Order: sequence, then C-alpha cells, then structure tokens
Amino acid sequence: MTDTTLNAPAVAARPARRDIGLKRRYAAERRFKMYGIIAIAIGIFFLAALLYSVISNGYTAFWQTEVNLAINFDPEVIDPDNKRATDPSVLLTANYPVLARNALAEKLGVSKTDRPAMREMSKLFSDGVRGQLRELVAANPSLIGTTQNIWVLTGADIDSAFKGQIDISVEESRRKVSDRQLGWMEQLKGEGAMTQRFNSGLFTYGASSRPETSGLGVALVGSLYMMLIVLGLSLPIGVAASIYLEEYAKKSRLTDIIEVNINNLAAVPSIVFGLLGLAVFINFFNLPRSASLVGGLVLTLMTLPTIIIATRAALRAVPPSIRSAALGVGASKTQMVFHHVLPLAAPGILTGTIIGLAHALGETAPLLLIGMVAFVANSPVTPLDPATALPVQIYMWANEAERAFVERTSGAIIVLLLFLAVMNITAIILRRRFERRW
Amino acid sequence: MTQYFSKAALLAIAVAASTGAASARDQIQVAGSSTVLPYAKIVAEAFGETFPNFKTPVVESGGSGAGIKEFCKGVGENTIDIANASRAMKDTELKSCVDAGVKDVQEVRIGYDGIVFATDIKGPDWALSPSDVYLALAAKVVVDGKLVDNPNTKWNQVNPKLPDWDIAAYIPGEKHGTREVFEEKLLAAGCEATKASETIATLGLDKKAAAAACIAVRKDGKAIDIDGDYAETLARIDANKTGVGVFGLAFYENNADKLKVATVDGIVPSTETISSGKYPVSRPLFFYVKKAHLGVIPGLKEYVDFFLDDQMVGEDGPLVEYGLVAAPEAERKAQRDAFAAGETLKN
Repeated sequence: MTDTTLNAPAVAARPARRDIGLKRRYAAERRFKMYGIIAIAIGIFFLAALLYSVISNGYTAFWQTEVNLAINFDPEVIDPDNKRATDPSVLLTANYPVLARNALAEKLGVSKTDRPAMREMSKLFSDGVRGQLRELVAANPSLIGTTQNIWVLTGADIDSAFKGQIDISVEESRRKVSDRQLGWMEQLKGEGAMTQRFNSGLFTYGASSRPETSGLGVALVGSLYMMLIVLGLSLPIGVAASIYLEEYAKKSRLTDIIEVNINNLAAVPSIVFGLLGLAVFINFFNLPRSASLVGGLVLTLMTLPTIIIATRAALRAVPPSIRSAALGVGASKTQMVFHHVLPLAAPGILTGTIIGLAHALGETAPLLLIGMVAFVANSPVTPLDPATALPVQIYMWANEAERAFVERTSGAIIVLLLFLAVMNITAIILRRRFERRW
Repeated sequence: MTQYFSKAALLAIAVAASTGAASARDQIQVAGSSTVLPYAKIVAEAFGETFPNFKTPVVESGGSGAGIKEFCKGVGENTIDIANASRAMKDTELKSCVDAGVKDVQEVRIGYDGIVFATDIKGPDWALSPSDVYLALAAKVVVDGKLVDNPNTKWNQVNPKLPDWDIAAYIPGEKHGTREVFEEKLLAAGCEATKASETIATLGLDKKAAAAACIAVRKDGKAIDIDGDYAETLARIDANKTGVGVFGLAFYENNADKLKVATVDGIVPSTETISSGKYPVSRPLFFYVKKAHLGVIPGLKEYVDFFLDDQMVGEDGPLVEYGLVAAPEAERKAQRDAFAAGETLKN
C-alpha cells in the first residue's frame, strides 16, 4: 500500500521530467556533425581538384621523347683541320648538330641536298644536342672517328605531338608540327627508335629557352642553399631569442612591446621583407643581386617570427615543476634551461622550424625584388652565384608561350608539393615520436 | 651555447658581406620587359653556348618600368648592366638615370613586336578596324552628336559585319607596355576615325584631358584588364568561347592551333606586314646599355654585338623564328653602327 502510494506519483511525473528537449538536442548535434562533414568534404573536394589538375597536366613532364641515333663522330666535321692536339678549343666550338642531322638523314633516307626537307627534319631533334655531344667528346676525345648509338632529345614541339598534346586535326599550317614530321615520327616510333624515356634532365638542366632542355637544376640548388641558410641562421637566432624572452627576461613594458612586434612581423606580407632585403643586403652591404645568399637572408627574416612564436609556445608548455626540480637539486639557470627545458621543448621547436622552412620554400614575392625571378642557365656553385628557387621556376614557366612548358609547370608543382609533403610529414613524425604529455 | 650560436650567425653574415663585396661579377645582369624576356633568353642562352669563356647572362623579368628603375639605380657591380624595354625610355626616366650617376645610356632597337586580336579557333573570321575597337571598348562614344556612356553590348551593333557576340574583350592591363600601344594605335586612332575626337574637342577640355577621354576604356565589365601574361588571356578565351583576346604576335603564332587571328584594316598580322609597316598595331622593342659597364663587366660588349648580329636579329635568326619582327636591313646596320660608335641618349 505504502509502496503504491509512493510509486504512483513518481510514475505520473515521469513524462514531465523526460521532456528536456532531447530530440532537439540530438537534432542539433546531428546538424553540427553534418556541417563538419560538409566542411571537410568541401576541403577534400578542392584538394582533389587541385591534385587532379596538377597531376593530370604534369605527370607527362617526367617522361621526355627521345630519338636513338647512330652518330658518327666524323673528324671531318668536328675537327676538319686536325688541330685538336694543339688547340683543344676546337672541340668546344665544333658544329655538333650537323652530326645528329647527318645521322637522322641517313636513318630516314632524306637526301642531304634536299634543303627544305633537311630543315624540317632538323626540328625533330633538339638544339640541345650541341651541348650533349660536346660534353661526350670533351670527356672522351677518343670517341672521334667512332659511331655510337646515342639517345638525343627531340624538339619540344615533336615531344608535345608525341604525347598527344598538339591538336593534329586542325589544318597543317596552323600547327607547329607538319604532316611530314608526323610521318617521320610514326616511322621512327615503328622502328623503336623514338620513345619516351625518364626525363632526368628535368632535375639537372638549368633554365633554357628550349622547353626540352630546361629543368629545375638551378632552382633546386638555389632552394637548397636558401633552406640551409634559413635553417642555419633562423634556428639559432630564433631559439636564442625565445629562450631569453621566456626564461630570463623580466616581464616589463619593453618585453611586451617586443612581443607585440614579433607577432606583428609574423603577419607582415612577405614582399615587405623583399624590399627590406633590397635596401639592406644589396644596396647597403653590397651583396650580389640574384644570389641565393641574399634570398636566404631575406627568407630568414621572414621565418624568424614564426620560429620564435613556435619556440616560445613549446618552452611555455614545459611544466614549471621541471624547472623547480632542476633548480631544487642545485642546477644553475643555464643548466636548467639546456639540460631540462630545451630537450623537452625540442619536438615543438623542430616542428615550428620545419613549418617555417616549408613556408619559406614556397615564397616567391620577396625574391622578386632581389633579382631571383630570373633566367639563370649556369648552375650556381656557391651561394653568391645567381640562382632561382622552385616556386620562381614554376612562375616563370607558367608565363611561357610554348605548349611544352604547360606540362613542365605542373611537373615542377608536383616536385614542390612532394618536397613540402616530405617536410610536413617529418614534422609530424618528430612530434609523434618525441612529444611528451603531462 | 646560445652565445655561440648568435656569434656564429653574426660571423656568417660578416664573412658573406665581405666576400660579396670583394668578388668581381663575371656575369652580365639584365632586367626589364616581359615582352623582351623571351628574346633576351634566347640570345643569352646562345651567347653562353657560343662563348664558352663567358657565363650565360642572368635575365630578370618584371616589366619595362621596373627594369629601367633598377637600371637607373646607379653605376657599379651590384646594379644591372642592361634594361629591356617594350617602349622607349621616357625623359623623366633618363633624368633620374643621370641624377643617379648613370650618365651615358646607349639605346639599342632590336626589332618590332605586333599586337593581334584573336578568338577561339572554332569561331567565325574577324575583320576589325580601329573604329570598331573604339566603338566597342571606349568608355564614352558619340551618339547623335552627344558624348554618352558606351551603349554597345554586342559586336554586331558596332559593325554589322561582326558576329552577334556579347562584347567581352581581354585587353592588357594598365601596367603593361602593350597597353600604351593598344591605346595609341587603336583607341586614339578609332577616336579620330569616328570623328569622336571632334565632339570631344567641343567640350572645352584641355589637350591632355581630351586625349585621355579618347583612350579611356569602358569599366562596365565588357573590357577586362589582364594583368598577368598572355597565358592568362588564353585561359580566358578557353573559358569564354565568344571572348576576344589581345596577344603578342609571337604568342599567337605559338598557339595558332587554338586561336584565330583577326585582321585589322584588312591586313593579316604577320612578320612581313609588320616589318613593312602595313599592319598598324606594332611597336619597336629596345634595350638600354650602361656605357660605364662596357669593358668592366666581362662579355658585355660581346653580348650586345652578338645580339645585334644578323645571326640573332636577322631575318633567318632564332628571334624571328620565335616571333620577333626583324627591322629592315638598313636599320639593323644603323643600330650596329650606333652602338659601335658609342652614341648615348641626350638629355
């Protein structure tokens, strides 16, 4: 009896208590999750579109059409007066393209007196053959007088046609490849003498006005030098500055001002650093234009605030108990910082540094003003020689008129993306492996 | 440890600074017009291959104005030797050069460049005249004797012979050297030809304002400024098949399988019609040499001589193959003689 009287009101009150907007709240939660999924889907869609357009345009750049020629290193052509023993410079100035032309004429059965046909046929192989054969002969003069089977690059238009990038359905006068050249291409292809091979030149050649002999060589060396300079300067300076600000400096108006300035600098557009670099490093310190040293210094200035902010955050994340414990067992302040705090903060510092470096690797704007957006053909030996950078090369190729530069632009973007991916993955691995949680 | 780090960094900067100042530059440095850039690149590359004892010159792009500004910074190893330009140097620029110590500037004219109108290859044939361009793209045109905002929205309203396409023209942006040629040779000429200039003259504007009124481009989205390069214009034509783009002759010839070129005053643009002066929309291309650097920077004189040689700028040279319009024989010789004689620009 007492049970029922006690239970009855409870049962009756139940529906009222359960009406706490559960349905509405579940719906809100589902809605929010959906927004999240939509946001991620939009992000993934754009990423996929970017990757698709870059890769579908660019993967062909890693293969280059080459033609196999039985080149007769005819002494009559290379050194008609037979004075190479006394004057080695004849080997440098010899007319090497003639060797390739003769070899191709023989292969295709074109008469050497048919000048229009010979001219048209010469377009099948690249002018870069001069440099290629010259290097071979200069390295090994005993080749003269022998016949060698050598793969030489085809001209850029032939390469584009071979890859199907030139619309051959339009009338002959409107395209860069003639019907006769297409016929020769088919013939060589049938004989297996013309095929696509891995384009190692893309990574070794410097800038060139000929698409087939232009590559990322100078840009890779320039970017490497700049990254080394940025790493070598901004890491020690940034870490030293942060340690001082975080561990030694007393909080005062001055440190507040410094802090605000550092945060401001991190948001300054990079072109401003280029202007600064031009005024300070080139006009005042008289450093050479277009040199990767100046580029590295400018990018150092740009990266420093990022590294300082990341380092300070990493130092702050080390719990005070570690510091107290170190000081408590008699460590000096410097010992405390270098033996305990810095090692624990290192993963955070390295992550920040790598992200800063990746940012610097992708910059073009500050390099414009110091002369690094340029045509540089000679590979730089020291950081004082003119050089370009990877994103600069992408920008320069994107502005070229020839069709063959389109795939190279995307190819260079793929290379840059790979570098960035490797750097960012390294940052993640470092963080995963060494990070400590308290 | 931190002290060592910062000391090492300072040391690195100091060493770099001293070596930079001490080493003599053995490479020619060129900057300037993006129109001249492809030609300068071809010559620079061939120069490096032909003269194994000189390094390949470094060629920067960035525009005629920026190049001349860099050129006029002064004399010395950390200033450039040559400025490329798609227009002649202005008097004010020459003055700033002289003020900065660049007293002797040698002007070299390398040839001509033509500007063409082109549409998608699948479209109909186009025949334009400066009047058509003016009526289609000017900000204000004359209707019934009055100057009004441009009312034309279709090409066939401008000229019944043109197709029934919405007006959408991709023209060079205001920072391009090409824009000046476009304004002068098409808009100003069209302004004259349609007698709009006479109506403008009655408005009581001073000479400068009247000329500016003639070449003002409409801002209602029918004429689109392209600040990038011709590759961007081509992408716009790809996206809008009824658009009309302005290209350099060389760029058009490299993409003739995608584009159809329009005639201007009935003349088909080609290297022949431009060098003979028949095709109206063309301009000379220049570069400027710092005389004080000749004999100081190794290879500079040889580079200019090589550039002006007929095997480069001549009718069968690689520059013509790329799209440059060669100057007539006599003019090429005059340029060579003027450079050899060391003639400089007079202020």
